[in-house]
Amino acid sequence: MLVFIIKRLLNAVMVMLVVAFLAFLIFRVAGDPVELMVNEMSTQDDRDRLRESLGLNDSFITQYVRFVVNAAQGNFGISFRNGQEVLGLIAERFPATMELVLVATILSLLIGVPLGVLTAIHRGRWHSETLQFLSIVGVSLPSFVVGILLILVFSVTLGIMPAFGRGEVVQLGWWSTGLLTHSGRIALVLPAISLSLYQITLIMRLVRAEMMEVMRSDFIKFARARGVPRWRIQFRHALKNCLMPVITMTAMNVGALIAFALITETVFQWPGMGMLFIQAVTFIDIPVMSAYLCIISFIFVVLNTIVDITYALIDPRLRNATR
Amino acid sequence: MTQTPILDVKALRVEFPGRHGTVTALADVSFSIQPGEILGVVGESGAGKSMAGLAVQGLLEPPGRVSGGEVRLDGRRIDTLTDGEMEKVRGKEIGAIFQDPLTSLNPLFSVGQQLVETIRLHLGLDRKTARARAIALLTEVGIPAPDVRVDHYPHQFSGGMRQRVVIALALAARPKLIIADEPTTALDVSIQAQITALLRKLCDDHGTAVMLVTHDMGVIAETADRVAVMYAGRLVEVGPVAEVIANPQHPYTAGLMGSIPALGARVPMLTQIDGSMPRLDAIPAGCAFNPRCPKVMDRCRVERPELMPSGSGQSACWLKAMETTP
Repeated sequence: MLVFIIKRLLNAVMVMLVVAFLAFLIFRVAGDPVELMVNEMSTQDDRDRLRESLGLNDSFITQYVRFVVNAAQGNFGISFRNGQEVLGLIAERFPATMELVLVATILSLLIGVPLGVLTAIHRGRWHSETLQFLSIVGVSLPSFVVGILLILVFSVTLGIMPAFGRGEVVQLGWWSTGLLTHSGRIALVLPAISLSLYQITLIMRLVRAEMMEVMRSDFIKFARARGVPRWRIQFRHALKNCLMPVITMTAMNVGALIAFALITETVFQWPGMGMLFIQAVTFIDIPVMSAYLCIISFIFVVLNTIVDITYALIDPRLRNATR
Repeated sequence: MTQTPILDVKALRVEFPGRHGTVTALADVSFSIQPGEILGVVGESGAGKSMAGLAVQGLLEPPGRVSGGEVRLDGRRIDTLTDGEMEKVRGKEIGAIFQDPLTSLNPLFSVGQQLVETIRLHLGLDRKTARARAIALLTEVGIPAPDVRVDHYPHQFSGGMRQRVVIALALAARPKLIIADEPTTALDVSIQAQITALLRKLCDDHGTAVMLVTHDMGVIAETADRVAVMYAGRLVEVGPVAEVIANPQHPYTAGLMGSIPALGARVPMLTQIDGSMPRLDAIPAGCAFNPRCPKVMDRCRVERPELMPSGSGQSACWLKAMETTP
C-alpha cells in the first residue's frame, strides 16, 4: 500500500513538472515580458536593467528551474495589471470557487446516486422512464441557459433569490466563506443548482448503467440465494461495485466543474477564480494566467491521486496487484 | 419411506411467457429427497435441471414463473410464498452452491464479511459469535488457517478453496436442503473429487438433503444415492444410482451411459445419441425423445408416457409399460 502511494505521488510530481514547463513557456512565447511591463518613456538602459533584474538573461534551464522553485513556494510573481502578488489575488478568489464547486458536487452526488439506483431497479416503470427522459434534457441544456432561466424564474419573476453576487462572507483566516451567513447560503443556491444539473444527470445515468450491469452478475444471484434482503443487495452489494467509475467521474469532474464555473460565475457575477481568469485574459495578464493554469492542474493532479488511493481502499484486489 | 421428505416436488411446471407465446420450460416434474440423501439431477444443457433448482428456491428470472404443481420443504408449502417470505427460507433452510466459485462471491467483501452477513441475517447472532461461527465453518469445509483466511478477500483464494468458501456460505445457517448447481464443473478433476467428498461427508454428518445438479454422470456415480434424469423439461427416469447405471430403464439414460468412457474397459468406440435435444418451443408430440430413440414405436409418436414404476425405480417409457403390464 505504501509503495503504491509513493508511486502515485512520484507520478503526480512528474505531471506537475510538465505542467509547470507549459506554464513557463507561455511567458516565452507570449511576447517579451519587458515590452509588456515598461512604458513608452523608458530608455534602453531601463529595459536592460529590468531584463537583468528579472533574470531573463540567464539560460532557459536556469529560468525554468527558478520558475518551478518559486511556483512550488507559491510565488507566481506580480500581476501585470495591478501589480499585486498573483498568489494573493488567487487566494482571495479561490474560496468562492471552491465553495461553489464543492456544494455543486455534493448536491450532484446526493441527488444523482439515489436517482441512478432508483431508475435501475424500477426500470420500465413510468417514473423511472420519466426521469430517464428528463436526464437527457439535463445533459443537453448548456449551463449558461440553465443559469439565466433560474435567474429569470427565481430572481426576476418570483424575486425570492438574489440574481448575482455572493452575499455576506465571513473571514476564517485567509478563507472567506459564504456558508456561515444566511445571505451567503441563499446566494449559493442558484449557482450551485445550475452548475450541478449537468453532473446530476451524468452521475444518474452512469449509476443506472453500472447498476444494471452489476445486478446481472453471479454474486448478486448468489447473494439472493443466501437470503440477503433485496434492498441490502441493491444498496450494499451492488452499489459498492458501482462506486469505482462514479468516484473517478466525480473527481475528474471537480476539475471540469472548476472550468464550467467560469461560465456560471460570469452569469451569476460570482467573485471566483473564473472571473479573475477572464479578466486576466482580456488584459493579457500572463502571470495570473500561468498561475491559474498551475493551480487548476495541481487540483486535477491531487484529485487524480486521491482517486487512485481511494480505488485501493474500495477494491481489495488493487491493494496487492501493485506490489 | 415413512419419513416426511425434506423436499417434495409435485407436478412442477415452469413457464416463460414471451412474445411468440408461452414456452414451457419444465412440465410435470415430481421428485422428493429424504434427509441425508443426495439426489443427482442429470441431463444435457437446457434439459431444465438448473431451472428445477432455481424454481425450488424461488429464483426464476422474470418473466419465468412457476405455473403449476407444488413444492414442499419439510412438509411446508414454499412455492406460494412471497419473495419477502422466501428471503427467510433461502440461505436459512435452503443453502445454495453455484457453478462458478470465481464469480459467486462478491469481490469487494472479505469472505468473513459475507459469512457473518449470512449468519447474522438468519441466526440473529451478535457480531463476535457470528465471526466465531464463520471461522468454525471454514474449518469444517477444510480451509487451512481459518482464523487468518476469514479476513481474506475472494481473489486471494484458489478456485477449489473458493468453492469451499461457497459451501461454507451454503452451510452457514445449517439448512435442511442444499441445492448444488454444477458445484464441480468449473474445477479441475482432483479438486472435483475433494469437493464431492466434502459434500458427501457434510450430508452424512448433518443429515442434510442435497439436490446435486450436474451433467457429469461420473460425479453422480460417486456422490449421489438416487438419480433423476431429465430430458426436454421432463423427468424420464428416477432410480437408485447403482441400478440406473447398471441397468438403465429409459433408452435416453441408456444412451447417456453408453457415452461415458469407463476406465480400464476396452470399448472400441463410445456410442453417441444421434441428433440433439429439441428446442423447448418445438417439442415433438408424444414422447419428447422419440425422434432420437433407437427403439421408437408408433405409440411413442402420439401419446406421451408418464413416469411409471420400472425396474427398481421409475421411468417414462412405453417400452417398460409393455413389459410390466403384459
